[in-house]
Amino acid sequence: MPGKNLQEYWQKNLRLLAILLTIWFLVSYGCGILFGEALNNIQIGGFKLGFWFAQQGSIYVFIIIIFVYVNKMNKLDREYDVHEE
Amino acid sequence: MDVQIWTFIIVGITFAIYIGVAIWARAGSTAEFYVAGGGIHPILNGMATAADWMSAASFISMAGLISFMGYDGAQYLMGWTGGYVLLALLLAPYLRKFGKFTVPDFIGERYYSQTARIVAVLCAIFVSFTYVVGQMKGVGIAFSRFLEVDFSTGVLIGVGIVFFYAVLGGMKGITYTQVAQFCVLIFAYLVPAIFISVIMVNNPIPQLGFGGNLSDGTPLLTKLDLLHTDLGFKEYTTQNKPTIDLFFVTAALMLGTAGLPHVIVRFFTVPKVSDARKSAGWALIFIALLYTTAPAIAAFARTNLINTVDNKEYASLPGWFNNWEKTGLLKFEDKNGDGKVQYYNDQNAAFVASTADTKGWKGNELTIDRDIMVLANPEIANLPAWVIALVVAGGLAAALSTAAGLLLVISTSISHDVLKKWLRPDISEKGELRAARIAIGVAVVIAGYAGMNPPDYVAAIVAFAFGLAAASFFPAIIMGIFSKKMNMQGAIAGMIVGITFTATYIIYFKFLGGTKDQYWWGISPEGIGTLGMIFNFIVAVIVNKFTPPPPAHIQEIVEDIRVPRGSGKATGH
Repeated sequence: MPGKNLQEYWQKNLRLLAILLTIWFLVSYGCGILFGEALNNIQIGGFKLGFWFAQQGSIYVFIIIIFVYVNKMNKLDREYDVHEE
Repeated sequence: MDVQIWTFIIVGITFAIYIGVAIWARAGSTAEFYVAGGGIHPILNGMATAADWMSAASFISMAGLISFMGYDGAQYLMGWTGGYVLLALLLAPYLRKFGKFTVPDFIGERYYSQTARIVAVLCAIFVSFTYVVGQMKGVGIAFSRFLEVDFSTGVLIGVGIVFFYAVLGGMKGITYTQVAQFCVLIFAYLVPAIFISVIMVNNPIPQLGFGGNLSDGTPLLTKLDLLHTDLGFKEYTTQNKPTIDLFFVTAALMLGTAGLPHVIVRFFTVPKVSDARKSAGWALIFIALLYTTAPAIAAFARTNLINTVDNKEYASLPGWFNNWEKTGLLKFEDKNGDGKVQYYNDQNAAFVASTADTKGWKGNELTIDRDIMVLANPEIANLPAWVIALVVAGGLAAALSTAAGLLLVISTSISHDVLKKWLRPDISEKGELRAARIAIGVAVVIAGYAGMNPPDYVAAIVAFAFGLAAASFFPAIIMGIFSKKMNMQGAIAGMIVGITFTATYIIYFKFLGGTKDQYWWGISPEGIGTLGMIFNFIVAVIVNKFTPPPPAHIQEIVEDIRVPRGSGKATGH
């Protein structure tokens, strides 16, 4: 395995991590905590939005983040030929 | 049939299943005992992880806490799920590739140091033990209600059962039993929630239901906000405690999740690196089933509770009230002698002056241990007896599965990391297994004693364990993977500073009489692990700057764990 390719694989992995963790942070700490009170002014159905993000929405987004990561990484592993048999 | 008989039947059947599975999948070798031989399918592993993970804190305690905390309960909901994102993205695949049995194994090898391993072992034992204490309280509550005995007796019975069952199984037995326990606990959690949701808001999906309308057309949460303000509490759906504390507690729980030894070890039990990633995702799906239901239960239970007791004649209260009084976890004291229950926020001076005094109320008369809410909830809502029994069985499944997983970590730490890798390297495989089993016995007895004299609510005790894990392991593992240059001195100094600071803060405020106004920037002991973690990082980086870099072969190991290919089975040698 040429070292340069591995470097690139790792850089791409890090970039993906940065994007996904930013979303992770914005949804939970952002919508759920820091801006929770502000979002509470918006009412959707029987829920105040900040409250909904804090007690429901953030959890759904967490699941999506993980599966997006699993998918992208499986592709990346193949692309750089480092996947397992 | 009454609740008691139903409970005996359902608890009896579920226990028979667990014991049967434990015997069928008994561990024969140390590899099977520690990591189930590394051959568990990701979905099954996800279920087992979920059961391992969702403890008495999640099942019994959390919804009750949320129902008293309202919005702020989100700290548990987000904190205990968001950590899986960190696990899946930052830890699980790399640790699986590294391929060792335990977290101290990783720390010891990556930081090429016996001292680092020993510090990690001590942290692991300390963290897991704190966690087990929380479980023992949960088991005690479930048994005391179910057998209508005193709380301490309930804990004692729990100690006996946990002991039997963790000693027998090892990781392989525990993993398969946990799959069964997951099914029991999730079923037991969802059934009453669906029942209550249909009764109260006519919607079979609790996640949507608690945003629905009551039969009189007002949204449930609006009604609940109103009930709250009428009794001098803050609105249910608004933040109550300082934002910084909410932030720090949530972070401590997330980072702790990603640093908990008994969760991390789960990802050594799958065959491949890609499975480790996927496994974390499946685990989160199974966990989310419960975690998105919990806030619904919290809101339903809170509404029902207030409606049932508020200003009602004590003599006319339903049977569940007296049953719980027997356990000592629910107390009524008729302060103004009017024979009615006054439940309100007597700490709210403005409310006391404006409302309570004029009505002749002499203080809040109802003390409720928040930990009983989930178990009492089906009774409060008048559900059939078998549903109530089912919840007891589910609570026991949750507490037992986690206690078993944790005891395994403690025993592994002692037999593998302390004896085999440190004090007695020549120990035989048989001797190692025997030592592991003895360690479980000792740990469970001490945990039982501590569980009888718990310092706080179950979920809060468990939160301390997370803070300790966040402050000790998380930085050491992250830097071990993402920085080739982090060395032994930095990691050791960081872990010691992190866990010492966090433990000191918790002990000071929980045992030595520290008061709320002494909190640093308003951060409660539950959230202090986040600050401990930051200190850990800072100390590690500074010490690293002034000490020699790690040897070349360590840097190669770090390179190697970053690519999935070539992961063998997890080994201890």
